Amino acid sequence: MSAQHFDNPEITFQPEHSGGTGKIWKIFWVLSILTIVELALGYFLYLQTGKISNTVGLSTKIVIALLTLAKAYYIVSVFMHLGDEIRNFIMTIIVPLVLFVWFIIAFLADGNSWKNLRNTNAGSSPNKMEQVQKETEAAHH
Amino acid sequence: MGSTTIPAGTKWWSGGKSPFNVSYGKVMMWYFLMSDAFTFGAFLISYGTIRFSVNHWADPNHVFNSFPFAGHANLPLAFVSLMTFILIFSSVTMVLAVHEGHHMNKKGVEKYMIMTIIGGAAFLGCQAWEWTHLLTGEHVAMLSDGTLSVLPTTVKMNPWGADLSHTEMMAALQKTSHEQLVAIASTLHHGTEAAGHHTATALTNQQLIEQISASGLHATHTGPIAFGGYFFGITGFHGFHVFSGVVINIVMYLKTKLGHFEQRGHYEMIEKAGLYWHFVDLVWVFVFLCFYLV
Repeated sequence: MSAQHFDNPEITFQPEHSGGTGKIWKIFWVLSILTIVELALGYFLYLQTGKISNTVGLSTKIVIALLTLAKAYYIVSVFMHLGDEIRNFIMTIIVPLVLFVWFIIAFLADGNSWKNLRNTNAGSSPNKMEQVQKETEAAHH
Repeated sequence: MGSTTIPAGTKWWSGGKSPFNVSYGKVMMWYFLMSDAFTFGAFLISYGTIRFSVNHWADPNHVFNSFPFAGHANLPLAFVSLMTFILIFSSVTMVLAVHEGHHMNKKGVEKYMIMTIIGGAAFLGCQAWEWTHLLTGEHVAMLSDGTLSVLPTTVKMNPWGADLSHTEMMAALQKTSHEQLVAIASTLHHGTEAAGHHTATALTNQQLIEQISASGLHATHTGPIAFGGYFFGITGFHGFHVFSGVVINIVMYLKTKLGHFEQRGHYEMIEKAGLYWHFVDLVWVFVFLCFYLV
């Protein structure tokens, strides 16, 4: 079997593809193990529902999200061969995606503040209203 | 990753060459995938925002706890693990097809493309089962009028709210109509459904209420209204990507079989189809995270 040959003048050099399938199988095992760890953590959350503090629950979820990012890195850089491309090209793909960092922070914070408003009846919960009324009455007397 | 020495004096921007050392088609595939990533990202972030804005969201371990042919066994995370491993494995066979293409091995490309297509079809089958299971599911939930009803999971309603306390359930049972009580009673004895329904209709409301409360039935409030729309919308959009990926892979398999790529001297089309297929797997990794794990 001879290696494939491009006649494309656009391509200055071919990335190295001479390696065997060892790396592919290695990444398969990495992805599988990361997934199993994620599932174990997910199962832990299920077993401990209502028994653990919010902080522990949230930290576990953050760890699961980080493991997901690791899986995404391996899929994109090895399976999609982005890691073999030249740096300029990698940057045109990755840099725009960095916007997601801000999207996630901004929108989740917005959702959270929405919840706070919902729970305080747009900042004027009946309890608060009563308190304000009492205070005003007290001030008048 | 792989380190390649760039020939000295290479002028990337002098024309005639790709400044990214990648063919036009592949660059455009990457940019398409980037735009698709923004679409999926926007969907998932919108889902996250709504989920953060309410006090109670559907518990995935409760919603997705079934497995085909396992009846009513409580198996959280099991079926979605199977789906995830099917997709990871089909990603591996895809990258192996690309690898065989680099070595101009036509038979190898054919073999791995077939395996990838089977993996994609298996995933779609799993998704079809899961959707059917949710859309035809029967769970007892309390409607806003305070009566109990048997609900499936659809874009309009779902039974995945907080659990009802015993007192709340007893009060709700008193308000529930005879017809609904019969429907609830017949969900209690599956398998003997027809017979169960027949005897249930003959019972009085009070007898039905006793039967239902004695069965230890778990009833809930109705779930967050947005859950169904987000779940079916996002997994549907992903499933449509899987479907189109399978179609693209079938076309690639046929073109390989007909020797089109061998004639051309390279299997770059397999690489481009592979990029799309891996992207589908990549999106699933995040859908898996957002809907099933956390």
